[in-house]
Amino acid sequence: MIEVDNLSKSYSGTRAIDGISFRVEKGEILGFLGPNGAGKTTTMRILSGFMPATSGTARVAGFDVFTHPLEVKRRIGYLPEHPPLYHEMRVRDFLTFVARIKGVDSQQREARVQEAMELCSVTEVAGTLIGHLSKGYQQRVGLAQAILHHPEVLILDEPTIGLDPKQIIEVRNLIKGFAGTHTVILSTHILPEVGMTCQRVVIINKGKLVAVDTPGNLTSRLAKGNKVFLEAEGAPSGFRERLERIPGVAQLQVSESNGRIQCYVDCLPAADVRKELASAVVGGGWGLLEMRIVSLSLEEIFLQLTTEEQIS
Amino acid sequence: MKNTWAIFQREMRSYFVSPVAYVVLTIFFFLAGLFFYEILARIVEQTTLSSLQSGRFGGPQPVNVPALVARSFFGVLSTILLFMIPMMTMGLLAEEKKRGTIELLLTSPLTNAQLVLGKFFASLGLGLIMILVTGLMTGVMFAFGDPDLSPILSGYLGLVLYLGSLLSLGLFISSLTENQIVAAVITFGVILLLWIVDIAAGSAGTSVKEVLSYLSVIQHLEDFTKGVVDLPGVVFYLSFTAVGLFLTHRSIESLRWRG
Ligand SMILES: Nc1ncnc2c1ncn2[C@@H]1O[C@H](COP(=O)(O)OP(=O)(O)O)[C@@H](O)[C@H]1O
Ligand SMILES: [Mg+2]
Repeated sequence: MIEVDNLSKSYSGTRAIDGISFRVEKGEILGFLGPNGAGKTTTMRILSGFMPATSGTARVAGFDVFTHPLEVKRRIGYLPEHPPLYHEMRVRDFLTFVARIKGVDSQQREARVQEAMELCSVTEVAGTLIGHLSKGYQQRVGLAQAILHHPEVLILDEPTIGLDPKQIIEVRNLIKGFAGTHTVILSTHILPEVGMTCQRVVIINKGKLVAVDTPGNLTSRLAKGNKVFLEAEGAPSGFRERLERIPGVAQLQVSESNGRIQCYVDCLPAADVRKELASAVVGGGWGLLEMRIVSLSLEEIFLQLTTEEQIS
Repeated sequence: MKNTWAIFQREMRSYFVSPVAYVVLTIFFFLAGLFFYEILARIVEQTTLSSLQSGRFGGPQPVNVPALVARSFFGVLSTILLFMIPMMTMGLLAEEKKRGTIELLLTSPLTNAQLVLGKFFASLGLGLIMILVTGLMTGVMFAFGDPDLSPILSGYLGLVLYLGSLLSLGLFISSLTENQIVAAVITFGVILLLWIVDIAAGSAGTSVKEVLSYLSVIQHLEDFTKGVVDLPGVVFYLSFTAVGLFLTHRSIESLRWRG
């Protein structure tokens, strides 16, 4: 449904995305994951026909976005990073306007607007000025304008940004409901988000594609190289030396405060050394107070994935 | 066509929910009314004076009061419009860029031409409302006298053409920035420049004068107010408008390229 081939975009010399290729199948929900500045918005703007790529091709529903922009635009619903809302308009009037410029028949218009408002739970604010709505409602009106003309493909740029936890869950459920009937590509810089909504993940960093995988595979690939935090009671002397001897430990970071030892242990990929760590600490006469796996920050994940790709 | 109409209607509504339309209409109506009264009073005074004199000396000197009033009045209207146009066009595209709604428009299945025309006709629509309002004043002349219809009609035609060309200029400038105040100031500056060209045309030597007065947006209007539908004038205004709209179209296109 979406085919991206070797897509690059430069803004006055600086590369925002660099040779990205991926595919999205019909009915699939694809997560587009990357830290801020990775090039997610740039890619989505090219896919939606907002701006052309510097090189490479992108096809949506079989149409090239550059040579057949109108055909593509008829088939997509796009929620930009900042929802495109006229603050001086009322919700229903705004959605009716969008329905008109998206080419919805005048007979169907009212029904489509009503349906989109119900799906996105904005019916109760139908008569409110958009400028007076909370951020959460505005985001949902943004989502409603993206879906109301029944597009085959939905392009959602950070659809849950700026929402409170309850609204995030609602929007995620809404998006999950599109699976099968719509092809969805959604961007996010939050790792758990893709696990919850997407069937496949494309990871980009600094404009380059880092990995394409299912959220499950990705998590297990990442679980291979763990970081463990532990806290122990006792004198710090000999602590580092004792732990360093354990096979599977790559690096230690030991600090001390209030008579307690805090230690971050970087483990080698695929090594689970928690049992060994525990017995070493207890065996050495220290009192083990706490031990837990530290979840990696997105930056660390990218670092890890990029180094992993280089090794393989 | 349907898309142009949708853009037009939305823009018209947005004029009337924001204070823009009301401010522009109020100021315009007030100034136009004031000047109309002034012109009428002055010309009536002068003609009574001269008819008294001609009566005394017996020489017949028919003066067409309504025609004189109409000509001065159209001159005044065109000048007031110069000040209103920046306000009417400043937000047309600058606001869309600032609010990010341009992203909605440019990813919807409509062409740039439809977008540009919808915007242009909306501003022209507001301009037509303003011009219609002045019909109340010209109507006064029909109530008190029997003016020639043709100079008034051709004057109005000229005024609409004149308005269209300056609105297309303002629309183009609005497409260049995200800041509507900047758009208004630049539009006003450019319009002042056109005005200066007009004044310079009045004082220049003959050959330069001809070129300058052809370029002057205001000069052409004068012929229309004399009751002549001046073909070079029509061509001038229509080409001016076409160039303005074309440049706006290009500007939106380049917006896509710049991202
Ligand atoms: N209009 C622009 N002009 C110049 N540089 C831009 C523009 N938009 C984005 N960039 C740059 O391109 C890179 C990718 O940005 P973006 O696509 O917005 O990333 P993301 O959405 O993943 O945060 C960033 O380095 C950003 O600074
Ligand atoms: Mg972004």
